[in-house]
Amino acid sequence: MPFQSQVPPGELSEKWKQYRSSMPLVAPNNKRRLEVIIVGTGLAGGAAAATFGELGYKVKVFTFHDSPRRAHSIAAQGGINAAKNYQNDGDSVYRLFYDTIKGGDYRSREANVHRLAEVSVNIIDQAVAQGVPFARDYGGLLANRSFGGVQVSRTFYARGQTGQQLLLGAYQSLSRQISLGNVELFNRHEMIDLVMEDGKARGIIARNLLTGETERHAAHAVVLGTGGYGNVFYLSTNAMNSNGSAAWRAVKQGAYMANPCFTQIHPTCIPVSGEYQSKLTLMSESLRNDGRVWVPKSQDDAAAIREGRKTGLDIAEGDRDYYLERRYPAFGNLVPRDVASRAAKTACDEGLGVSPTGLAVYLDFDAAITRYGKSKAHSQNEHNADKNRIRELGVAVIEEKYGNLFEMYEKITGEDPYVMPMKIYPAVHYTMGGLWVDYNLQTNIPGLFAIGEANFSDHGANRLGASALMQGLADGYFVLPYTIGTFLSQEIRNPQVDPDGPAFMEAEAKAQERVNRLMGINGSKSPETFHRELGKIMWEYCGMARNAEGLQKGRRMIRELREEFWRDVYVPGQIKEYNPELEKALRVADFLELGELMMLDALDRAESCGGHFREEYQTEDGEALRRDDEFAYVSAWEWDDTDPILHKEELIFENVELKTRSYK
Amino acid sequence: MENMKLKLRIWRQGGKYPKGQFVEYPLDGVNDHMSFLEMLDVLNEKLISQKEDPIAFEHDCREGICGTCSLVINGYPHGPMQQTTACQLHMRNFRDGETITIEPWRSRAFPIVKDLVVNRDAFDRIIQAGGYISIDTGQAQDGNAIPIEKDQASHAFDAATCIGCGACVAACPNASAMLFLGAKVSHLAQVPQGKVEAETRVQRMVHQHDVEGFGQCSNITACEAECPKGISVEHIARLNRQYIASTIGSEKVAN
Repeated sequence: MPFQSQVPPGELSEKWKQYRSSMPLVAPNNKRRLEVIIVGTGLAGGAAAATFGELGYKVKVFTFHDSPRRAHSIAAQGGINAAKNYQNDGDSVYRLFYDTIKGGDYRSREANVHRLAEVSVNIIDQAVAQGVPFARDYGGLLANRSFGGVQVSRTFYARGQTGQQLLLGAYQSLSRQISLGNVELFNRHEMIDLVMEDGKARGIIARNLLTGETERHAAHAVVLGTGGYGNVFYLSTNAMNSNGSAAWRAVKQGAYMANPCFTQIHPTCIPVSGEYQSKLTLMSESLRNDGRVWVPKSQDDAAAIREGRKTGLDIAEGDRDYYLERRYPAFGNLVPRDVASRAAKTACDEGLGVSPTGLAVYLDFDAAITRYGKSKAHSQNEHNADKNRIRELGVAVIEEKYGNLFEMYEKITGEDPYVMPMKIYPAVHYTMGGLWVDYNLQTNIPGLFAIGEANFSDHGANRLGASALMQGLADGYFVLPYTIGTFLSQEIRNPQVDPDGPAFMEAEAKAQERVNRLMGINGSKSPETFHRELGKIMWEYCGMARNAEGLQKGRRMIRELREEFWRDVYVPGQIKEYNPELEKALRVADFLELGELMMLDALDRAESCGGHFREEYQTEDGEALRRDDEFAYVSAWEWDDTDPILHKEELIFENVELKTRSYK
Repeated sequence: MENMKLKLRIWRQGGKYPKGQFVEYPLDGVNDHMSFLEMLDVLNEKLISQKEDPIAFEHDCREGICGTCSLVINGYPHGPMQQTTACQLHMRNFRDGETITIEPWRSRAFPIVKDLVVNRDAFDRIIQAGGYISIDTGQAQDGNAIPIEKDQASHAFDAATCIGCGACVAACPNASAMLFLGAKVSHLAQVPQGKVEAETRVQRMVHQHDVEGFGQCSNITACEAECPKGISVEHIARLNRQYIASTIGSEKVAN
């Protein structure tokens, strides 16, 4: 198997420019003959499908949703980073590159990250040209805000719905290509296997979710923009149908899974309220621009709050511990996500949690309301404004900035966050790990590409806020449309791939057999039951803090659960009909293997870095202890039912010095 | 409240053509902190454990933004709460012992897939007809080269916030999709980038709307009342102005 990063030579800042100008191209007459399958219509897949259509390739795009606009990118709230330096605050391509490498705890590839920072500026231009209604200042120019882990304002946003607006931009461009006949849309189709011919990815087997029929689709190359696998934890901020199956089907065909244990636990989510809980809701990181995180200093106060004898408002200023500001004065409430999440866990482990379950901390806007209120009163020449008036003005400012988030919080919890401080707790949000790809975003399977959250490439062990949208769109609009040429230029002599060829017939038969086997078990437990059980194991043993003993135990438990699943799952309904439970069962079956690989990867990585915190490896004051001498590598796993095989891609840092990450 | 008892009247229909009917399901042990869809999850898990056919309903993000959920609850699209999608609706808004009626969107242009699931492909085809700005990747100029007045950008956003759920159609006695259509036309007409193609866009999109079998708008404004994102009918007014101007004052004809 080939296993090379394909990073081009040259100076870091020149690599992409030179490579782009020298890479092989495909002539327009040949593009018309070359077929590309894209699975997924989120920011990465949607942007790629639109751009490939514009370039003249024959594109087939697949989504399991009823419409491409429903992909989970739609739910991203806070914003998108770009090194525009519109605020004149010292930002640059290099600084965005450096922040991302450092934020990822030095576990990503320099050249990929630098390219990401370079194209970030083009994304904003493209989105504006598509009509995306970004927030603007009074002069009519684009507004920015700050996100965690950085000291500049480089985040562009559209209220709290940035992902929605960017996705609709990509969706509209895609819709245009569909109407022009350049792209064919297969909605309500789920990829259930990858088809290989002569060692190359040549197509997919898809299940038509309306009829349950399987279909064979062939192409010269296959692109997966199918998102992350956070739902392996059952409870996460991902949409209910987000899943890792397309990527996992590729892994089963020999694609390498890279850094699967790198999971992002987002610090500001609405806490779990009960056993029936189906998903967790994120409160955007942008809230940490203005919200202050705290718990009571004393366990007695915390206990009183948990038992309902006191509320957050009863705790005097001097009895509150603003622990992020105390522990990390340089970044305060805007430390990166992994650091903020661990600090919340530490506070709750010490008995200072403030919800009935003991698993919540406060995010308090009182100081911001007063600050904004005073400023507003001043600008309106209301110099005698009293406390109530200042509050009123301050609330109006906060409402303008975060109104939809506050409303969402109130709908879910029934509490008014303008009065009571918000309660938040960390939850699984994003997976930095994903399919291993080289500089061209090609997996180790020739002809199979992975983009967006589905690949591992840019975020190392921890992703910075507002960088997921950036990476998805960078891959889809500005990277893959070039780099796929390195593969497709070699394909111009190959005729159309035959979807009725033996490889396709065999793959289809195998996929059908798997579905038949699942339906035939006729056991006693629903797919949901197994999924919840898996989630509990993952959270307990592979969550915010991990150790060798727990990971070994977790791996054993998953194997047992998997065995039970294939013996006792019950999938209602028929194969050849609209059957959401069957869809779920197929996804859970894949999660039951992926979860094991995550445990194994976390066990192998005997260091703490980013979102991966091994209890055995921490400094005296509880910070992550990285071990660069032994672990400065990307783990790329080749799946095997008994013993997956680890391949290592060594990470070479030529431009940044590996330092202990400090936000103090 | 930990143990609400409910009676659910749910529309069951095997597919587009079979005749549907209401079926009653009693459900105990509902916690008022549950979301409405979590309550349906509990019912479905119960049905599956009894080896009965679970109720098909669509959902995904469960945070009110993807536009997938599509339930008419007690006669209201997305239920009785204003500016709230069904997935954001919580059981604390219902009474213990209440009978709750749950139906799918009902419109000729949204055929039933199963039970509470409908096919909304027509919306995609309306956008494909012209709901975009024709710009290829890489053609854009610098983002700050086109200043847009703050309030105008904000008004464009008010239209762009549409989640494409179809509640406007479900609410309308004529099953008109003019609010969906108006939101997109109005969004793109209010940013300078979208003005170039404004005339052909509105004509093509209105034409597709009619082809899909959606009804005509007669200014009942139930769509605005039921829109989970609170999109105003003023966007329909802007659409109408654009449409009239593009047919009378222009030589552009939809193709």
